[in-house]
Amino acid sequence: MADLATDLLNGSRRALARALTLIENERDGAADLLSALYPHTGRAWVIGVTGAPGTGKSSLVSAMASAYRKAGKTVAIIAVDPTSPFTGGAILGDRIRMRDLSGDAGVFIRSMATRGSLGGLARTTRDAVRALDAAGFDIVLIETVGAGQSEVDIARAAQTTLVVEAPGLGDDVQAIKAGILEIADVLVVNKSDRPGADNTVRALRAMLELGHPTNHGRMVNHHGQMMGGKALTPNPSPSGRGELNTSQTGGHPQTAQEDNLQIENPPRPSMGEGDLGSEGAGGEVWLPPVIRTVATRDAKTENDGIAELLAQIDAHRTYLSDGERMRQREHERIDIELRDRLAHELMKKLLNEVSSVYYESVISQVQARTLDPHSAVHAILSAR
Amino acid sequence: MMDGRAIRILIAKPGLDGHDRGAKVIARALRDAGFEVIYTGLRQTPDMIAEAALQEDVDVVGLSILSGAHQTLVPVIRQAMDAHELGDVPMILGGIIPEQDFEAMKVVGVKAIFGPGSSTTDIVTTIRRIVAERGEPTA
Repeated sequence: MADLATDLLNGSRRALARALTLIENERDGAADLLSALYPHTGRAWVIGVTGAPGTGKSSLVSAMASAYRKAGKTVAIIAVDPTSPFTGGAILGDRIRMRDLSGDAGVFIRSMATRGSLGGLARTTRDAVRALDAAGFDIVLIETVGAGQSEVDIARAAQTTLVVEAPGLGDDVQAIKAGILEIADVLVVNKSDRPGADNTVRALRAMLELGHPTNHGRMVNHHGQMMGGKALTPNPSPSGRGELNTSQTGGHPQTAQEDNLQIENPPRPSMGEGDLGSEGAGGEVWLPPVIRTVATRDAKTENDGIAELLAQIDAHRTYLSDGERMRQREHERIDIELRDRLAHELMKKLLNEVSSVYYESVISQVQARTLDPHSAVHAILSAR
Repeated sequence: MMDGRAIRILIAKPGLDGHDRGAKVIARALRDAGFEVIYTGLRQTPDMIAEAALQEDVDVVGLSILSGAHQTLVPVIRQAMDAHELGDVPMILGGIIPEQDFEAMKVVGVKAIFGPGSSTTDIVTTIRRIVAERGEPTA
């Protein structure tokens, strides 16, 4: 296994592909491989892209990857599609939308089936990301299965989570429901050239005004910008390079195109120093921006919103990298992952210790209504 | 599923013919047989196919060709696969392939050919056998 890890770290694409298979199949050796790779991880920026089926996630991922390539960054993509619960089979069709990326050695695309996992990712997706990270890709894009209202695993696997919406999918009540919208670091209204895009953008902004719990339950109780004590206001440009705009005339290096986008996309992260309390360093709050995009495969238009989207992802990265935030987020992430893994391993261990005959007999008792499920669990736990 | 592991197959349509009905029917049948089917769609170049086969680490590559261009396309695809160190990945072929071409196709590494009227059960069984014969690839 050491060879596979070495080859992977030396840039062999074949070794990387093999490693991903090993990880995905949870074969013997996967754990050793991951241990060998782990010290080399933590460099890639991991971006999750989720949203309902048909909102254009694959096309958006493809457009984003192209834009990152133009900026000189290498990109790996994990595209997750659902496994049939009846046959265990899957059709993984996300590559269809990503054909523009073929023939580029700076891109690696891997399709994964969920294999029974319900959170929008496969159980092994996090580990697959580690292999791609160790292989040296600058950006890892994870596209989830078409997600509805509760597939929120992506927020634990990615550093920046994009939730993709499209016009005509629901009213403003959908927008204030709990679930997937809450995990967004950036909200994307894709297909924004379609009728109804304005309404979708408005509904999302209205939701944000009501409060967005991205920052762990804390309410943002003021719409738009956080009012801050600082004299400086963040640069209202979407360039996201983190400059502070101190002059009215704006001598910053912006292209005309970005200026246009700025007019079309006024919302931006509020990064002023807030009075809202205790989160991280400085108590600043990230308010998810709403970005309009048109990710058609053949679009060569410069005004498709992709540049601004990337700029906002950059801004989010800058925001997270600041002070204690990253450390806290990582801590929380590792905590959750360890609990997940412990639960999984403990379950395996437990079921090994309980005889299958006894386990079956408990099922029969519950079925016969002579035992309720709660008592059954306690009976199994004490039967070891 | 074989020992808990789904067979991964790439289904690709090389060349310019736009008839993907057959490929989709096969993709669906293989899904129902428990395979993980990476479906790449129409108009794939040989390099695109080889690259996808590499990245997805598939057990077998399925090509659908109805244009009569198989004598041109398949050898080039084999070359592209070899160039990507995928010399050991078996290929199967579906579509309109005249019987007199079968031998030439086998020479360039096609393990099985399925024409119109092939039963999907037969296709599934054959792919399982081909993958089993290849055995667990070594890293």
